Amino acid sequence: MTLLAEHPAVLHGHPEHHEGPTGVLKWLTSTDHKVIGLSYMITSLVIFFIAGGMAILLRVQLASPHSSLLSLQQYNELFTMHGSLMLYLFAGPFAFGGLANYIIPLQVGAPDMAFPRLNALSYWLYLTGSITMLMGFFTAGGAAAFAWVAYAPLSSAIHSPGAGADLWIVSLLLTGFSAVFTGVNLVTTIFYLRAPGMTMFRLPIFTWNMLVTAILILIAFPVLTAAMVFLFADRHFGTHIFSVKGGGVPVLYQHLFWFFGHPEVYILALPYFGMVTDIIPVFSRKPLFGYKGMVFATMSIAALSTGVWAHHMFTTGVVLLPFFSLMSLLIAVPTGIKFFNWIGTMWRGQIRFDTPMLFCVGFLLAFLMGGLTGVMLASPPIDFLTHDTYFVVAHFHQVLFGTAVFAGFAGFYFWFPKMFGRKLNEPLGKIHFWLMFIGFWVTYLPMYVLGLKGMPRRVATYPSGLGWHLLNQVASLGSYLIAISFLFFLWNIWTSWRHPVAAGANPWDAHTLEWFTSSPPPHHNYLKLPPVRSERPTWDYFHPDARTISHNGRRNGHVKVGAEVGSTGGSDQ
Amino acid sequence: MTDKPTGKPADQAPHKGSSLLRRYLGPLGILALPLMLGGCTLPSFYGFRGATKQGHDSFLLFSGTVIAAIVVGTIVVLLILWAVLRYRRRSDEMPKQFQYHIPLEITYTVIPILIVLALFGFTVVTENAVDAVSPHPAVAVKVTAFQWGWRFDYSGQHVSVLGETTQDPDPVGLNGRPCAPAVDCLGPGLVMPAGETTRITLVSADVVHGFYVPAFNFSRYALPGVTNVFDFTVKHPGIYRAQCTQFCGLYHALMFFHVVALPPAQFRAWLRSEQASSQPAASHPAASVASSRQGSPAASVKAAA
Repeated sequence: MTLLAEHPAVLHGHPEHHEGPTGVLKWLTSTDHKVIGLSYMITSLVIFFIAGGMAILLRVQLASPHSSLLSLQQYNELFTMHGSLMLYLFAGPFAFGGLANYIIPLQVGAPDMAFPRLNALSYWLYLTGSITMLMGFFTAGGAAAFAWVAYAPLSSAIHSPGAGADLWIVSLLLTGFSAVFTGVNLVTTIFYLRAPGMTMFRLPIFTWNMLVTAILILIAFPVLTAAMVFLFADRHFGTHIFSVKGGGVPVLYQHLFWFFGHPEVYILALPYFGMVTDIIPVFSRKPLFGYKGMVFATMSIAALSTGVWAHHMFTTGVVLLPFFSLMSLLIAVPTGIKFFNWIGTMWRGQIRFDTPMLFCVGFLLAFLMGGLTGVMLASPPIDFLTHDTYFVVAHFHQVLFGTAVFAGFAGFYFWFPKMFGRKLNEPLGKIHFWLMFIGFWVTYLPMYVLGLKGMPRRVATYPSGLGWHLLNQVASLGSYLIAISFLFFLWNIWTSWRHPVAAGANPWDAHTLEWFTSSPPPHHNYLKLPPVRSERPTWDYFHPDARTISHNGRRNGHVKVGAEVGSTGGSDQ
Repeated sequence: MTDKPTGKPADQAPHKGSSLLRRYLGPLGILALPLMLGGCTLPSFYGFRGATKQGHDSFLLFSGTVIAAIVVGTIVVLLILWAVLRYRRRSDEMPKQFQYHIPLEITYTVIPILIVLALFGFTVVTENAVDAVSPHPAVAVKVTAFQWGWRFDYSGQHVSVLGETTQDPDPVGLNGRPCAPAVDCLGPGLVMPAGETTRITLVSADVVHGFYVPAFNFSRYALPGVTNVFDFTVKHPGIYRAQCTQFCGLYHALMFFHVVALPPAQFRAWLRSEQASSQPAASHPAASVASSRQGSPAASVKAAA
């Protein structure tokens, strides 16, 4: 491998002669994955707060029947943008542009991403795309108002005229390319820039999940981009790809969209599964239970996810094939494996409930219910009675809030000390968790009941007298609680900024490579690397007497690698 | 079980086999429960029990699946809580660094597969029953969804009911009889006979709409370019509120309609009176005729009840 030749330079490290510009210029010109990762994270968190603010407006509107806080048009624009911002511009980019960008090169022991300039381009495309979408609010016709799925023909030039819709489409084109570039970068980095000794089956699970996510991005996003090009052509170039009049097929849009859309669900979920899988072992002081099973489960989720798109289309009546139901149901199996592996990791551990671990347990409970209701929705007759109702709203919020928010903030609290070299305040973090945890259940449990009572989603108003009022009020109260919990998060960040407490290189006694280097890491990440003999190189280095035992009592990793590690840059450098 | 464990090695094998069988059949048994109980005793879990024959089938599957989900969910929650509470860090003692337990991993792969296959079996049976269309329906109605309202054409009867949401819904019947509760009577009325099979042919005039009758446990898209056909066999006369579920633009939230199921004789009387009325709604451009008329069948069902 020619790449090996580059590694000695890395291992000997770049002293600080590599310093580039500082201040604003650093953020504008940097190709360092850490700077770009932080840019991604800050941008996506800003978008998260904007979209969350919109959610609060929506909940205030729905807290009472016949509400007149928002007009129909305003409500339709706001829920469209809430969904679009959260799904396209927060949940995905926060994970694969933000945390993954920052953490993956560190976890595999690389100095940077494989293509640093492409990485910078990804970020700037993402930022441009995000601004493009938000600019819709400043156009004469307002922002796009056709839901985050933009079904044809509602999204056609006739039914959704105006620049807001075009800006929405262009935004997805820009961020779609951004995602594909990041996907290419991640795959290449993980395949080719691993440190000596870091075999595939010694990769941390977060890295594994990002690899699978990146491959899913490469499968799914080009299809979305194509659909957006078609949509744009239908709107402006007189084509009739999705319009009945010219012999087009409207339902084709749904096929294309969901062929992207369902893998997208796992593009949003797998990174967060990975975060949780890295965090739980650390706070349990144990290796991950069933590491290889976890890897294969992730792969099979990804494989199955490309064959289930039509379960979003059961009620179209054009795909009543049981095949899609079976594929969707089968996803429950690898997901179940993950659950039991997480539980098995905690089993007989020494669990410490610092903030990241609390958020992980919150994720387990939230995602459990979201997952079980997901299994129900995979059955077409049950989908017929819940489709497009608040039951579905509750289901996917439990899944996405469970992953992107509970697990996402677990990751944030976990890696924050690594990124900034400072600790976050534990009591504030715990208040954030408990308020959010209670708010989460108070918000979404009533929504299941509302859906079963027949309340459709995406309605700006509803009549009184249907027994929906109280449940909606409770859900709104829960959402306010969630909003309040984030004030504690912001307070925590502010405290850490004003009164820094040094974190040190490895505050959690963690397992993976990134905790071996300083916090924050130096320009090219590592001045030296420990030997990599298992998926827990940092743990092995600090706890040489507590190596993993396999089920038949043998110690892993002793047999074949010992000599190799010594010769390729061990701890004694 | 007939054979008791006697401690002899020869008896061990069959006993072990049957307990293994029981363990794997347990989840299947839970799913079979709704069919064994006949459904009427199943909890509704806030859902509708299904006012149509088809909707009741869906309800049985729904309720049985919820029970199975509660069983599985409870087990997993208890495992999580046990781990969380029991294994809190109490000392600095190093826990045993075990990582694999292949038989256990195989077990928790195989059991979910069996549960999922059982659910799939019930799904296919139920879906076939729900989607089945009768070759000889008593009535055939073509439903056209449009921005923003509904039009119901009674095939071969020259009867048409049409209502737009942008107009204020009028829940009061022709003869001044209120359609109560008023909230059930929003939008135009889709009249069908109770106890007989009604064929719905669903189309869209513009964008995608969702034809959803909550009490029937059924929804289907009105898709431009696609014609969807399905049957309802309403069990009892009544008024069933309904609404568009697929977001279709500005007035989506107000796109109501309702189903009025009449006893067959009254249904035919209603059909005759509609035919007799001088201006068929089909030729009428505005919704005023229909929206003032739609209370009529509703009022008569109240009289029948």
